[in-house]
Amino acid sequence: MNNNAFGLIYTGEANAQLRELTFSRSVAAVPFGGRYRTIDFVLSDIVNSGISNVGLIAHRNYHSLMDHLGSGKEWDLHRKRDGLFILPPFVTKDNVGVYRGTVDAIRSVLGYVRRSAQRYVILSGSHTIYNTTFDAMLAQHIATGADVTIMYSDEKLDEMDPSEQFDDLRLTMDETGRVTDLAFNPRNSSVPHIGCDAYIMEKTLLEYLIEDASAHGDSDFMQDVLIKNTQKFRFYGWKYSGYVARLNSLNQFYKHNMNLLNHDVAADLFSPAHPIYTKVKDEVPARYVGEGRAVNSIIADGCVIEGEVENSILFRGVHVGKGAKVKNCILMQATFIGTGSELSYMVLDKGVTVLNGRTLSGHESYPMILRKGVTV
Amino acid sequence: MPGKKIVAMLLAGGQGSRLGELTKSMAKPAVPFGGKYRIIDFPLSNCVNSDIDTVGVLTQYEPLALNSYLGNGQAWDLDRNNGGVFVLPPYVRGSSGRWYSGTANAIYQNIPFIDQYDPEYVLILSGDHIYKMDYAEMLRRHIEKGADATIAVLTVPLEEAHRFGIMNTDADGRIVEFEEKPKQPKSTKASMGIYIFTYKMLKKYLVSDAADEASENDFGKNIIPNMINDGRKMFAWDFDGYWKDVGTIGSLWEANMDLLGESPKFNLYDKEWRIYSRSPIMPPHYVGAGAEVADSLITEGCQVNGAIRHSVLFAGVIVEPGAVVEDSIIMPNSVIKKGAVVKKAIVGENVTIGEKALVGCEKLPSDGEYDTKLTGDITLIANSMIVAGGIRVPKGKVISFVTDPAEN
Repeated sequence: MNNNAFGLIYTGEANAQLRELTFSRSVAAVPFGGRYRTIDFVLSDIVNSGISNVGLIAHRNYHSLMDHLGSGKEWDLHRKRDGLFILPPFVTKDNVGVYRGTVDAIRSVLGYVRRSAQRYVILSGSHTIYNTTFDAMLAQHIATGADVTIMYSDEKLDEMDPSEQFDDLRLTMDETGRVTDLAFNPRNSSVPHIGCDAYIMEKTLLEYLIEDASAHGDSDFMQDVLIKNTQKFRFYGWKYSGYVARLNSLNQFYKHNMNLLNHDVAADLFSPAHPIYTKVKDEVPARYVGEGRAVNSIIADGCVIEGEVENSILFRGVHVGKGAKVKNCILMQATFIGTGSELSYMVLDKGVTVLNGRTLSGHESYPMILRKGVTV
Repeated sequence: MPGKKIVAMLLAGGQGSRLGELTKSMAKPAVPFGGKYRIIDFPLSNCVNSDIDTVGVLTQYEPLALNSYLGNGQAWDLDRNNGGVFVLPPYVRGSSGRWYSGTANAIYQNIPFIDQYDPEYVLILSGDHIYKMDYAEMLRRHIEKGADATIAVLTVPLEEAHRFGIMNTDADGRIVEFEEKPKQPKSTKASMGIYIFTYKMLKKYLVSDAADEASENDFGKNIIPNMINDGRKMFAWDFDGYWKDVGTIGSLWEANMDLLGESPKFNLYDKEWRIYSRSPIMPPHYVGAGAEVADSLITEGCQVNGAIRHSVLFAGVIVEPGAVVEDSIIMPNSVIKKGAVVKKAIVGENVTIGEKALVGCEKLPSDGEYDTKLTGDITLIANSMIVAGGIRVPKGKVISFVTDPAEN
């Protein structure tokens, strides 16, 4: 049976630390894992939860996002009853089209929220990647009688780089799981419970919280709505124990992609029980030609491998020329590596061409990125 | 509803008995091909790429796999308001109704379907060939010549011409004579089983053919010869690309192997002429640290930790460490366990090859006698088989029963 919920995804996160990856696209449209974009994960999570009403708030650079989502048919969201609603900003007398923050953004789509027939809303951002359903979280939300349930995961604090902090929400909870304190981007916090940017509440509460915050001139859902109401409302944490990838920075993006080469991580994020849907491109199977070889790599369809590939992620339609060596790289869709070129620790955005005989190298601690479409 | 210029009718009824165990539970057009396709993807994609948006698929044998594969045609952009793809099985009409008795009869029984679209032309295709063809080009020729029928022909070597239906043409390409499998071929233009008819003319011949009790209701044997005898304007249209009938185990294996190599005989990597298929919804394939992959096609969902040489792996195939796959075709979701060796074999869907099993090994006297009429030297493991660990499956053998029921 379907859950009595709808999804509302905010895609306007402005994270400058993703550098060239987000020059021409929103975080939601950042390519991930060989054939996906970030948004595919939360959208598939929602669909795999038996939810068929999803509103997607588009804010910045949403051209490639719209191109990717289309009518939503790849997620089975091309429906007559409900389906996928892409909600771009528009200018009215109350709305200037540029949102100051998440509160503004959600307020501008309250019409969609009101029209949605479901009782609960799953509110989510778009830069956090995990593969689960919201069934257990919703069940806990109902059982605890929480006003808002916040999804979190426990992270190893010594592996975190404070300079990469982004939308970092720390939950302190009592023994019943009720949130007693919330901190946003704290310095030197010893709390390991970090929010996954996903919340469940009744839609009527969302409407109230947003109207109220807006009336008080507040703009950010986390900082203003949640943190200011920790005592007033009953917030509960719901722990997710699977793999969580937060795309906070280019380094994190690199790390989480490379972690897919670990079988356990790949098996968690690509569980056959919960398939991740994405736009289908009808590429041909990857072809290994002549001396073409690959080890410990993820290689998508449409690739032609004539050189050597090691510890790398190759997106759809990548060409690795004869004698080329690609090590520890992320090569996005339709990149072309010329004959004899050598690359290590490089992130190549879509459509980059590396001519014959080039040598390009970043470092494990600082992978180099080449922006979309350039030729070296 | 606005009419259509052309409607395609795809004859997918063949049981494909020469494919043996592969077609035991599915019609030939549903047989997997080329890593992520099924045979029917080729004519269907050709239709869509040729701007033909109305396709009837005629089938009367094991339609389940085909039906569920085609669905509403969305994967081929054939989910249309006006037109689309339709599976057309035979059905009971009042107290009569009967199975399709031949290719022409299958079309005859579906005249009401074609009439809905009121087309000027009808394209007849068969569902067991691998090729890329622009039917729109063929239609242009048909219209230009004011033809009643246009038949696509392929030039074959003279010594093989006796295996085909041969078209003898005049200098203008007009067909003056048709000979089915001639002992003394006069030409090397072989019919590819692809016809464009001007629909009014075809309908007339279908109706009179249906009334003729002596007729075998076959295009090659009845309709085409009758039209030639009546002096209708029949033209041959030369095709010079890759074309392969994959009706036998040997030709299916060969056609898959034709996709490999430095410059493959058949190039799927054509952005202008994509072959569409239903996506298996799986992540990109993973090649492990100890894997060795050479000269192969590998697709989504595969996990390769063994050695793959000169082979085609379909979606979701798992090859464990130490396993070796050579010159083989491994169909979707099959598993090759540790240390197993698979050589020159076609492994069906959902098969498990147990640890250290030897598939396609040299035949020993102790292997006994078995029939290799269908397979030659290609070893065939039927869908869903479990080949137990350590078992020898010699060259050319067919495995179509559970070798170790304990594992099932």
